[in-house]
Amino acid sequence: MQGRVLLGATLALTLMGFAPSAFAQSGGEIKIGEINSYSLLPAFTEPYRKGWQLAVEEVNAAGGVNGKKLVVISKDDGGKPAEAQTAANELVSSENVSMLVGTFLSNIGLAVSDFAKQKKVFFLASEPLTDAITWQKGNRYTFRLRPSNYMQAAMLVDAAAKLPAKRWATIAPNYEYGQSAVAVFKKLMSEKRPDIQWVEAQWPPLGKIDAGPVVQAVAQANPDAILNVEFGGDLVKLVREGNTRGLFKGREVVSFLTGEPEYLDPLKDETPEGWIVTGYPWYSIKTPEHAAFLKAYQAKYNDYPRLGSIVGYETIKAAAAILAKANSTDPDKMIAAAEGLSLPSPFGEITFRKIDHQSTLGAFVGKTALKDGKGIMVDSVYRKGSDYQPSDAEVEKMRPKD
Amino acid sequence: MSTQALLSVEDLSKSYGGVRAVRGVSFTLSPGEILALIGPNGAGKSTCFNMLNGQTAPDAGTVRVLGQDTTGLKPREVWRLGVGRTFQITATFPTMTVRENVQVALSSHDRKLFNLVASMPRYARDEAERLLDLVGMGGFSMRACGELAYGDLKRLELAIALANQPRLLLMDEPTAGMAPRERVELMRLTAQIAREKSIGVLFTEHDMDVVFEHADRILVLNRGSLIAEGSPEEVRRNAEVRAIYLGEGLVYDARHRGGVSP
Amino acid sequence: MAFYVVQFLTGLASAASLFLVASGLSIIFGVTRIVNFAHGAFYMLGAYVAFTLTARFSGALGFWGAILAASLIVAAVGVIVEMLLLRRIYHVPELFQLLATFGLTLMVEDLVVLMWGPNDLVGPRAPGLKGAIDFFGQRIPSYDLFLIVLGPVVLGLLWLVFQRTRWGVLVRAATQDRDMVAALGVNQKWLFTSVFALGVFLAALAGALQIPRDAVNHDMDLRVIVDVFVVVVIGGLGSITGAFIAAVLVSELNAFGILIFPKISIILVFLVMASVLIVRPWGLLGKAEAPARRTPGLTVNPWRPLTSNERIAAAIVFLFAASLPFFAGNYALNVGAEIAIFVIFAASLHFLMSAGGLASFGHAAYFGLGAYGVAFAVKLAGLPMAIALLAGPLFGLLGAVVFGFFAVQLSGVYFAMLTLAFAQIVWSIVFQWVELTGGDNGILGVWPEHWAASASHFYWLSLAIAVLVVSGLRMATFSPFGFALRATRDSPLRTEAIGVNGKRIQWSAFVIAGTVAGIGGALFAYLKGSVFPDVLGIPLSVDALVMVLLGGVETVSGAIVGAIVYKALSIWLVSQTEWSKLVLGAFIVLIVVAFPKGIVGTVESIWHRRPSSLRDALLGSKIETAE
Repeated sequence: MQGRVLLGATLALTLMGFAPSAFAQSGGEIKIGEINSYSLLPAFTEPYRKGWQLAVEEVNAAGGVNGKKLVVISKDDGGKPAEAQTAANELVSSENVSMLVGTFLSNIGLAVSDFAKQKKVFFLASEPLTDAITWQKGNRYTFRLRPSNYMQAAMLVDAAAKLPAKRWATIAPNYEYGQSAVAVFKKLMSEKRPDIQWVEAQWPPLGKIDAGPVVQAVAQANPDAILNVEFGGDLVKLVREGNTRGLFKGREVVSFLTGEPEYLDPLKDETPEGWIVTGYPWYSIKTPEHAAFLKAYQAKYNDYPRLGSIVGYETIKAAAAILAKANSTDPDKMIAAAEGLSLPSPFGEITFRKIDHQSTLGAFVGKTALKDGKGIMVDSVYRKGSDYQPSDAEVEKMRPKD
Repeated sequence: MSTQALLSVEDLSKSYGGVRAVRGVSFTLSPGEILALIGPNGAGKSTCFNMLNGQTAPDAGTVRVLGQDTTGLKPREVWRLGVGRTFQITATFPTMTVRENVQVALSSHDRKLFNLVASMPRYARDEAERLLDLVGMGGFSMRACGELAYGDLKRLELAIALANQPRLLLMDEPTAGMAPRERVELMRLTAQIAREKSIGVLFTEHDMDVVFEHADRILVLNRGSLIAEGSPEEVRRNAEVRAIYLGEGLVYDARHRGGVSP
Repeated sequence: MAFYVVQFLTGLASAASLFLVASGLSIIFGVTRIVNFAHGAFYMLGAYVAFTLTARFSGALGFWGAILAASLIVAAVGVIVEMLLLRRIYHVPELFQLLATFGLTLMVEDLVVLMWGPNDLVGPRAPGLKGAIDFFGQRIPSYDLFLIVLGPVVLGLLWLVFQRTRWGVLVRAATQDRDMVAALGVNQKWLFTSVFALGVFLAALAGALQIPRDAVNHDMDLRVIVDVFVVVVIGGLGSITGAFIAAVLVSELNAFGILIFPKISIILVFLVMASVLIVRPWGLLGKAEAPARRTPGLTVNPWRPLTSNERIAAAIVFLFAASLPFFAGNYALNVGAEIAIFVIFAASLHFLMSAGGLASFGHAAYFGLGAYGVAFAVKLAGLPMAIALLAGPLFGLLGAVVFGFFAVQLSGVYFAMLTLAFAQIVWSIVFQWVELTGGDNGILGVWPEHWAASASHFYWLSLAIAVLVVSGLRMATFSPFGFALRATRDSPLRTEAIGVNGKRIQWSAFVIAGTVAGIGGALFAYLKGSVFPDVLGIPLSVDALVMVLLGGVETVSGAIVGAIVYKALSIWLVSQTEWSKLVLGAFIVLIVVAFPKGIVGTVESIWHRRPSSLRDALLGSKIETAE
């Protein structure tokens, strides 16, 4: 009835609640705004949060950033790009953060990176995998930490090309990530092995795989090897159906990300053996950098780290390093500081490439195995991110000029 | 005669799953004439009625309104030819005021249905009030239709039916559910309007007092067939009507007893 | 050949799982007419509880006992929900129960994470059914064979219960005519409770039976609920045999469809549903729905336009809202613009739902088409903002013209489901057509031009358009068109008898609502600077529905308040807590129970009651003082 009356009144009153809480940044602090899909993907973002919280503690214990205390203001995006934009806006407009970090899903990473470009805010994307964020849709305000889709594919192709298998099938979730993972893998693989054939491709919908028919359809094509891009709950279903129906018997399987504890651990005693995977075997990395991280992490949380923990930890470490080197919160100065910046990480030294703002953080490639009813990675080797990049000329061609 | 007829029905038939609800009914109706369609329950009155305004498609036969063949036309198209109708169970718009109920019909008559900017509460207000006055609902125009008593709803239906200045009114049990006194009033009113405006009225009715007082002519339907037609006097005297309609139970009982008695 | 047999059997196994959930939903809907959105949540709870119990009790007896116990425990939870929540809201307008069960679903999603943790849980395999059986060189999991047998067994048992027991007869009678059962003197309360319990039991059983082959996690419910609705609708609401046939149809089409079109799964069920509904408007075995009885006493106060005093009040409030940029910060203005956009979106759906009586479950399609229209206009055609903005309503209009034509041929839940199917078809096209739409990665860089770029300018633009749209829709509501639309909703029989082509009126209303939603989508694209497929998604359609119901579906402009409250609350909650779903869900449930007419509806009825209640209050206090 009194529609418009109520419209205005409620609108106005509501908005009072969204007024900025703090008008100015207090002198002794540097604020970082952090966004991730905490409520949608807690399995991945919880370890990630523990990682960055540990890093914040360490940075501040070591005297903060150029003497200022580092404060991270964290927001949930509910898994939706539009809500991530709202959160980014709040962090920048209301909380006056110096930079944005975080995001897990590719589309959210892209949404925030576009926001960063428009509002001229520094953004360090921690987890999204899409190649577009540094290449086709890259911009000067956006950097990315985790090894990209292309890099993971290139690392796997390295191992896969050595297999005798000639007939390949692919199983990937039907969305942009799945499609581009398959596309890059096929392209790189075909370059190295022009003799192979792609005999079957299954594209079950994300989160809704009907695993029985999919497994059956792949088995029918009788491939020598299978490329898998499924993950999470879909992976569990696929593996269980595949095991029961004997799909993986006598076939090589190459699988994206499956060695990450986030994806491997739920499989427990059903973990298929001998898959070539990228991942994070925290139990078998013996470098001093990693040992120090592992000790600190286990001491604080009484839990083992996941890959997200590494990414979260290194995100804040990198952010602190960038802020320290720039000694300013001016985005241009931070970009200048970040380009070419090298810093230590639990995986060894990493560098933010000037050419596309991608970090050279790498990943481990190994084989899955069963030990005491749990899935692990064996024979794993660390692959440096810098070794799995296209040529600079190719990158320059893909990346828009600023 | 048939060219002059307001409504002419020829050989109308309809079956439902083998049951012949209406069989070969033919009749005509002249302007200003009040025609009653009567018959026992299940005689096919409602089916017959629904075929006249296009609600039900006949299996065979034709319906002509003012000489135009309306067989197969939709109810809304038949309405556009000047046929108003009321329902056995009132069909009104309960979430509107009484006047708005009439205004909707008026705007439809004016072909203003796709007008998005005019204000309906102010639309043809005088005309709507006049129609409501006509049926004795003048004092109720701002009342919520959903709160009306049943008798008032029947009168409202009449006002709605009159909104397109009809030449022909089809009224399916116009007084069902009303108090006896109200019935007489409503039919008297209908008859008066019909004669003044030379509207032909066809109505079905259970109340024989109403029928015999107001109808100029009566059609009697039984088991889908027309068994008698004529003035109230003729129908009253018709033996078959008396047997089937008025003494239905007795006839059946007598046969039944006859069958089992030794 | 053996392969096709095995593929067929595999399809049957999928069908059995789908049928178990669907049968429960169908039974509940048939009797209580509740669109139980929480059915997926009960399915998920069944899986979680079974996971816990199977971990504790081993052996064959332990496993099967745990499955059964889990289903019974969840059924008991269902009984509690029915008695505490649903019983209070059977009398409120249709679909309001949907809102309550939606709130419940939100809560359960967060609760399972709190109780069982965030990680995927993998339960044990079924004892004795771990392996596979060899069939001419093809392997069929023995658990699949078990499911294939179980499906028809459950169907048979349900059939026996419904045909051979007094309770079953009552349930069937209630499915056909609720009031008749009440008239027979049957205790309707317990009939509803027991039916709800049976439905929940079946859902929980289906969930529990998934643990040997699936992972248990907190989004299982959403994965299953939409597909299950679709299956129930294809089969015909309330028909259990229909649900079975539909489950088999969908599963087999999927099993064989992916051999030819490996990308078909994402869209298949919706294609099947749309085709079935266009040919058979009430599903395969469904019967024409009796026209929904309006609950008496709900809308006794006919709508009226604003009085001059109310207009002045509206203008003052508008001026106040318009002055916001003078004292609020950029973030507040940004949120304000977003709320204004959602007011437009919700108002468009509200027009369709309240005046039209047509509850669309896929209204986001037109919002999303508007957003993509703008994105295409900017990125592909390079049009300036002022012109590109028009692409939004144009796309919304075109979509609504096409889909609306088919949708308005149906009514009630079937209408809702067909709109959902269309929305989902549009979504999956956008999601998969990566070359044109960027797929999941969306279209970036749709930022406003300089004249509208600042937070205050964009806020004013959005506010102005929102006010124009709301005023326009109000005007339409009180125009002859609006009355013809309401007339069609109130009495199709009478409307037809006064020369109104009801379907054309409804179609036009659908087009208006779609166009207006497109305006909202256009602004949304510019607000966010990018467009992603989730602007077309089911969650957004549900959001709009919640806004309308929250405001009050039987009011003229309740959606405005619903949109403001819901959007502001959800933005605030997402910003403040990770358990936003839990809080928001609880809030919705509370609103439904406390204000079953929606916020504005409740305010109105208090307003109308005021004189007498004021008098009562005064009298009451006098008596008190006298004592």
